[in-house]
This record gives sequence, C-alpha cells and structure tokens, in this order.
Amino acid sequence: MGIISRGFRGRRRDSTRQLPPGQYLTKDFPVLSAGPTPRVPLDTWEFAVTTELGDSHRWSWTELMALPAESITVDIHCVTRWSKLDTDWRGVSIDTLLADVETEADFAMVHSYGGYTTNLPLEDLLDGHAWVAYQYDGEDLPSAHGGPARMLVPHLYFWKSAKWVRGIELMLQDSPGFWEQLGYHDYGDPWREQRYQGD
Amino acid sequence: MDTRTTAAYDGNALAGPLSEVFAVEVTTAVGRCRGCGTSSEVATFQVYGPDPGLVGRCPGCENVLLRVVRTPDSLWLDLSGMSALRVLMPANSAAESDE
Amino acid sequence: MARAAVSGGLKVRRTWRPAVVLERRRETPSASTLSLDVPGWTGHLAGQHVDIRLTAPDGYQAARSYSLAAPEDGDRIEITVQAVPDGEVSTYLVGDAQSGDSVEVRGPVGGWFVWRPESSGPVLLVAGGSGVVPLMAMIRSRDRVSHAPFRLIYSVREPKDRIYDHELRRRAAEDGGLDVTFVYTRAAPDGETRPVGRISLDDLVSHSWPAEVEPTCYVCGPTGFVEAVADLLIFMGHDPTKIKTERFGPSGP
Repeated sequence: MGIISRGFRGRRRDSTRQLPPGQYLTKDFPVLSAGPTPRVPLDTWEFAVTTELGDSHRWSWTELMALPAESITVDIHCVTRWSKLDTDWRGVSIDTLLADVETEADFAMVHSYGGYTTNLPLEDLLDGHAWVAYQYDGEDLPSAHGGPARMLVPHLYFWKSAKWVRGIELMLQDSPGFWEQLGYHDYGDPWREQRYQGD
Repeated sequence: MDTRTTAAYDGNALAGPLSEVFAVEVTTAVGRCRGCGTSSEVATFQVYGPDPGLVGRCPGCENVLLRVVRTPDSLWLDLSGMSALRVLMPANSAAESDE
Repeated sequence: MARAAVSGGLKVRRTWRPAVVLERRRETPSASTLSLDVPGWTGHLAGQHVDIRLTAPDGYQAARSYSLAAPEDGDRIEITVQAVPDGEVSTYLVGDAQSGDSVEVRGPVGGWFVWRPESSGPVLLVAGGSGVVPLMAMIRSRDRVSHAPFRLIYSVREPKDRIYDHELRRRAAEDGGLDVTFVYTRAAPDGETRPVGRISLDDLVSHSWPAEVEPTCYVCGPTGFVEAVADLLIFMGHDPTKIKTERFGPSGP
C-alpha cells in the first residue's frame, strides 16, 4: 500500500443507499472512451445478430424504431468506481431482437462501431436483462454516451454496455473482448466486485 | 454539438505508466502502425484514458497501437497494433544500473 | 551528480518514491505551486513531468501527472497544479496540502517534450492555461546558461488566470532574448488592444517567428488548443518535425 497522505479522502461514499462494494455515487455522467466518437448516419446504421453458423439477422434504424420499446430506470455501475442511480433509458429489449434467432451458443460478443468489443454469457442478455438503448433521460442518446444506440446491461459493470453498438455475435465458446483481453473480468458482476481477471 | 473526437492526451501520458516496465525512455520510441504502416514517435500517439485503461492510437489512421491496463497486481500491455517498436538505446550501455 | 550528467536527466525511476511537501504557494485563484523534497532525486530536464500519487487511510489511491515547473535543484522539485472542478487530486494539492505532508512521486518521465540548454536555436513556446508550466521550466532553465531567443505566447481566459505573471513580466523586461505575449480568450485587461478571443493565425504571425527562422516549437495545453495551434504553425510553414506538443486533457465546453 502507498504512503498515506494526510487529509486525502478521495471520493466520498454516499451512505444512504446501498452501492456495490468500492463504488461512490456521482450526480454527473462521466464519459470514458477508448477512441474517437464514431459518427454513424442513421440511414446507414445497422444492427446485426450473427449466429455461430454465420446466419445474420439485421435491422435498419427504421426497423429498430418499429420494434416494441420499453422505458426503464436502472442503476449503473462503472468499473472506475462511479455509480449513477435511477438513470432513465428507452430502448428495445434484446429478448425482442433474439426472439427469432436459433442458436446453440452460450456466449456473445457485442460489437461497436469503431471496433470496441465486449463479451458476456448469452443468458445475461436475455430475460429482461439487456436493451439496445437509444434514449437517455428523455432525449436522443448523445454520441458522447454512445448514440445513436448503445447496449445497456446494467447488472454488469458498465464497460459491458457497449457504446455505438452495431451487433451481437453469438459464440459457442467465450472469447475476451477489448478490455477483457487487457485484464478486466470476463463476467463483471459489481456486487461481487469482479473488476479484473481472477477476481 | 459533441466535440469529443479529439484524443484528450498524447503519448507523453504513457511515460509514467510505462516507466514501470520499460527500463529506458519510451516517449521517444518509434512505433510502426500495423494498419497503415506509418511510423510515429510514441509521444505523438493519440491517447485515450487513463480509465479504464490507456489506449494509444496511430496519429495517421487512428488504429490502436498499444493498450495499457494497471490492475492491483499486474500491468497488462498489448503492443500488437504495432508491427515494430524501435526504442532508442544509449550507445554506452555499460551505464549505471538503476538503484 | 555525475549520474544525472551522464544520463542527461532521462534516467527513469521505475517505482513510487516518498516525497514531502515543503511549501505551497498560490499562483492564481485556482492554481498553486508545491515544492517537494524528494530524497535521492537525480535530476530532470525542462519539459518532463512527474506522477503524484495520494493514498487515503482506507487504501484508496489516485494518481495524476504534473509538469515540473523549475529546473534541477538537488532534492527539491516544484510542480504547479491547476485545480480542476471536482478533481480529487488537484483540489487536495491546491487547497489542502501542507508543509510536512507526504505524497508519492514517480519520475521524472517524458523525455521527448524537453528543451536542453545546449540547444542554441530559437524557441517558440505556446501555452494554453496550465500548459504554461513545462514551458516555464524551460524559461527558468535557460536563465543565465543560454542566449537562445525565446518567445512565449500564453493564452488565458482572463488576467487573473495568468500563472507566473509577475515573474514572466520581470524576465521579459530584464532579458532582451525573451518575449512574452498574453492572449486573452474571455476578458482582457484595460488598455489591451487585441480583441478578446481564441489564439489565431494573426497572433502567431505577430508574436512568433516566420517559418524561415526554423524555431523549435513547444505547444502545451488542453487538447483542442494544442491541435489548433499545431495546425496554424504547420499552415505558416513550420517544419512539423520541429513542433513538439503535449496535451493536458480534454478541452473545456
């Protein structure tokens, strides 16, 4: 452990609401990125689900907007330790997008415009656990926060909620995504503080 | 209007974290991008981060050249975006060792 | 100090080492200079920086990079810290750190963005906000050992934000080889003829050198500032290989 600096406290923890271990409450919405913000015109935007056999199911923006959508309020937890409570989103449930997809796969790789990837078990995208979200706080999702659409998987650390989402690749075997290759946890449950490989 | 298309940092920001694993100066090293073939000094890499990790991108084509993550017990380093990294070494390598 | 001489100040420390705050001196309403005692410091070059790490009693740690503000001085180093809104490290260093407090230091690091007094050519320094810190280290290390012509163009929001204000004016008045120009982006002092606004091609043409002079250019500040200035210098015909940049983080809104 380092030398303690007198009087340094770091971020203060809010004690009135239960947060996952090691998190602090934030009122703003930090923007973290691994690269430049992609610009994706809506007329060329596409979301694709690709199965382990290579079969593709695709939706244009217009088709996405025609799907039944939900408004949800969730808490989000970033591995960099900030948590934001009661965030409002609107999007299409992944259950809707995977309804007609036949697969034996147990794992998924989420792909983003710009090349970012993140992996997670397929079951964590189903049963009301995940959405393709295109509105935040009642407005169109800003590009800095992943617009036009991002993955939203709030029960896992927020790096799994890939910004600028472009598709899901279904996999028979797990394979690490962008941050998972560099030491971050393959699953990422904030309540078990699964930040890094081996946690 | 969103203006965050410019990397907030450059390769100078890699100097401290990489000083833990490189014995010599790294910002003057030259990396060749596997994507576009451009050679650039590490100090000129477009750097995103430092959280959840440092990502250094090619000033020419924005491809990822290197990534660095510091965890409690490790430093993870990915240099695969570069086909080569040339690190300048002093001619007299019988220099004093670090204490 | 033979080791520092041989390595030219580029000797890399691989570990965090203890340092003690000697003094905290306010520079502007939001920036302070801290002098630190770092036992065993082996020297550094102007332009290099250090990483400062703070540890809270519960083990939580945070680290940030700060440029060295002053030339080598035995075990004593100086950093100038700009308080960032909600910044957990900068607000502690600027508002809290007291003489006798302990921190940890890693460095010096960053051997590309450096100026060596042995270089005799003209130098252009362009600073945005707290980007002036490493450039001030260059100005201070030039003192009495070099006659290389130096021109500093320092962009700030308003007069109260000028770090090293008195010292820069004094140095410019006393030394014909150093020119200092302030550029104001939000509010200017009375009598200022230049209209308030971001640094422009006119400012560079008026207060730097033409490309034929072939100065080495150092540009430091927020990333948007650095990009804009570098583009202008290239537009003016300056050799890109003689332009060195250091980005200090995101540009403000």
